[in-house]
Amino acid sequence: MTVFEISAPAAPAPRARDGLLLRLLRQPSAAVGLTLLVLIIAMAASANLVFPDDPLDMVTQPFLWPGEDAAYPLGTDMLGRDIASGIFHGARVSLLIGAVATLVSLVIGVGTGALSGYYGGRLDAVLMRVTELFQTIPPFLFALAIVAILQPSIPTITVAIGITAWPSLARLVRAEVLKLRHGELVQASIALGASDLRIIVLHILPNTLAPVIVSASILVASAILTESSLAFLGLGDPNVVSWGGMVGAGREVLRTDWYVATIPGLAIVTAVLALNLLGDGLNDALNPKEAAR
Amino acid sequence: MFQSPPAKPCVPESVLSVDDLCVRFSTARGTVHAVDGVSLSLAPGETLGLVGESGCGKSTLGRAVVRLIEPASGRIRLAGEDVTHQPRHRLRAARRNVQMVFQDPFASLDPRWTVGELIAEPLHIHGIGSRAERRARVTDLLHKVGLPPDAAERTPHQFSGGQRQRIGIARALALEPKVVVLDEPVSALDVSVQAQILNLLVGLQRSLGVAFLFISHDLSVVEYVSDRVAVMYLGRIVELADRETLWRSPAHPYTRALLDAVPRISGGHRPAPLKGDLPSPYDPPQGCAFHTRCPLAYGRCRTETPLLRGIGPGHSTACHLADPTLPGAAPLAA
Repeated sequence: MTVFEISAPAAPAPRARDGLLLRLLRQPSAAVGLTLLVLIIAMAASANLVFPDDPLDMVTQPFLWPGEDAAYPLGTDMLGRDIASGIFHGARVSLLIGAVATLVSLVIGVGTGALSGYYGGRLDAVLMRVTELFQTIPPFLFALAIVAILQPSIPTITVAIGITAWPSLARLVRAEVLKLRHGELVQASIALGASDLRIIVLHILPNTLAPVIVSASILVASAILTESSLAFLGLGDPNVVSWGGMVGAGREVLRTDWYVATIPGLAIVTAVLALNLLGDGLNDALNPKEAAR
Repeated sequence: MFQSPPAKPCVPESVLSVDDLCVRFSTARGTVHAVDGVSLSLAPGETLGLVGESGCGKSTLGRAVVRLIEPASGRIRLAGEDVTHQPRHRLRAARRNVQMVFQDPFASLDPRWTVGELIAEPLHIHGIGSRAERRARVTDLLHKVGLPPDAAERTPHQFSGGQRQRIGIARALALEPKVVVLDEPVSALDVSVQAQILNLLVGLQRSLGVAFLFISHDLSVVEYVSDRVAVMYLGRIVELADRETLWRSPAHPYTRALLDAVPRISGGHRPAPLKGDLPSPYDPPQGCAFHTRCPLAYGRCRTETPLLRGIGPGHSTACHLADPTLPGAAPLAA
């Protein structure tokens, strides 16, 4: 009657989450991505310590090439502003906008997708039509229009990017929720008497987390790109330095002093590359089949 | 085959009574009457086996009983309370009386939760006990289903299929329900493990006095655990009897065909198996739904739908040939 059918002596199998960082670092590309990202975060965090002055201040003569003056290792632009300082302070803006805009997208996208997938029917139809409406407008032009209407500032840029980037996330979450909705996991919870909120928050969303985390990392990268593009077009916050704005400013002297536009451009490339590598790595590391090994 | 527990005396007051229940699904191809006018009742501590082929509506009936599927009409009474059309928030209290064990122990348990959290979840939902009391209850339930206490700290994927089904059973029993609907609880398990789980269920029923609605397509499993058995065909109950009667003198040709199809070691003469598949539920046959496959069908079967009627003590069937007013009924009852 009470025979235990212990198949294997309970090996201390790690819980899925424990090994995530380890599994991530085991992949070379993900390790590179993570290292680069940590570096950029460190730059952003230390910007005020390393370069306490306003990066928009003119500090020395213009067009100082990188390496020409040890005090300004990355040179100065056409107005004599320190490019290294701009890169450090620009990292703050890029990361801040990237992270907060992604958070906005996550809230809208996950919320819409979860409601749509869980309740289905008419609510699903309405929410999905709204999502499609957003998808038909090119997100960059949409963000551009929003920023142009509401003066460019960090909050408006963030919101503009956030509310244009969520539709793909909503579709992803909806598809994941639909898979679980009619499965026995949810049926079992309903039979126990659990409320919809409890089922969605405690059982469904945690089980859709892996693909959401992966696409969130890609969303941060694309938000940084969008912010840079907006700044390049002169729709950045004029009171703060941003990588895209620096590229835009350097465009005019590209033929003679190409480093002015190239250095912040490389910063953007590095940040986006880091996030994409990390996203790929997370995709593999969070893959349950991979995790089971 | 197995030593079975003695049949319990029939207590008139039922913990679950289903009355003329219909469940319909509207799909692009039309309407399916998955459950079509089913009535049954379950006495405290009794096991009613529900058998039939895949697609006959037995799982739908089980899910309707725990209100995972909305019935189209009819009545479900749980411990005297009508729960047929109660909205979900009012249903919560009634859910303490009826719980469900699912077929797939891999799919019904959240892989991210520990077994302790999973078993405590129903207590949590219904606000029962303090944290310490819940933990004690989990240990007690683990013991009841034959799992070691340290199982509470592990996640479901560290257990075998049979052990996971034990977890599912512990979860269903956490609220001390009066009725548990078991939907193919052993079908996903190895035969050797099936027997252990069945023994566990029989033992738990004896000590807890819980009633089981045991849904299975496997007749030998149903024979082992059931006090009474209902045979379903295309959404209707075609025969209902206590276990001994059903196995000794099945009245419906479909029941006979099912019993004949059970493999026997002795071999010997076996009647021809049933021909054909279950008819399309979108377009069920006129008259008796079974007449397309019935070896004994005659004119009346094609036009008139037989009703479930009593042919003996606790034994009823829906077959024209078993109609006592008909002279031709004799060969079947023999």
